[in-house]
Amino acid sequence: MIHVVWKAFWDYEKEEKWLNEMSAKGMALTGYSWCRYVFEETEHNQYAYRIELLENMPNHLESVAYIKFLEESGVECVATYTRWIYLRKKTSEGSFEIYTDIDSRIKHYKRIYATWNSLMFVEFTGGLANLIIGIVNLSIGENLGNFSYGNIAIGLSVISLGLIFYRLGLPIRRKIKKLEQEKTIRE
Amino acid sequence: MIVLPESFERGALTEAVFYILLSLYSPMHGYGIMQNVQDLSNNRVNLGAGTLYGAINTLLEKNWIHSIPGEKDSRKKEYQITESGKSALVDEIKRLEELIANGKRITGGEAK
Repeated sequence: MIHVVWKAFWDYEKEEKWLNEMSAKGMALTGYSWCRYVFEETEHNQYAYRIELLENMPNHLESVAYIKFLEESGVECVATYTRWIYLRKKTSEGSFEIYTDIDSRIKHYKRIYATWNSLMFVEFTGGLANLIIGIVNLSIGENLGNFSYGNIAIGLSVISLGLIFYRLGLPIRRKIKKLEQEKTIRE
Repeated sequence: MIVLPESFERGALTEAVFYILLSLYSPMHGYGIMQNVQDLSNNRVNLGAGTLYGAINTLLEKNWIHSIPGEKDSRKKEYQITESGKSALVDEIKRLEELIANGKRITGGEAK
């Protein structure tokens, strides 16, 4: 029996936790695309789930080699979405962590942070440009044409999109800071 | 003239690297390393596949390990420690012995 659930998350670790809670109830993720989760009924707690952001797209040679390596260690890739991959391992095969030392965890968090940051930068620049064009045109009596309010509206909505990426990066930045502090005293 | 330290390689090895190098005295593939490290450490150290993958690639680049064609299953890559990997491990053991000796001497060997 297949179930489809629509849901959005700010924090991929909360998403991961939710997937594991679903798995505990016998709902195992088998597919994902933007905010759309596909579950299959299984025995309770059959799989543990992890989500990872790759450096490259999943069909890139490096990613293919990495996913193959994961599969050789009993990890199954059930879904990919942009550079995100959804992984699972049978709970009967022991605990399931992708990154087990501070360095590699920081590296993964930084990859995620950089992604949200660059998207935020793109949105802010584009939004600001639109906003400025709109305001300048308005202040010179719409000499360039009757588009000021349109530009201002586009500018504001693009900037709010940028704020979403800022919001996404926030918990990640805190986690990086905490781990880097930990790293000064232990491995 | 300022004399810079010889190299960064004088520092401590990470626990993961230490156990990976130790495992690769006999040829092993990735999953074999994970299991072996678990056995060696009595289940204390569980290497994540992502951490292991990153470490293997770095060790290959440094030439501390090299990959060999797998014997039983040719699809799986096997790895083995090199001479420079062995010497890094020996240096680390010396460093650890110093730490343990000083630790025991000053704490009065409470950790016996």
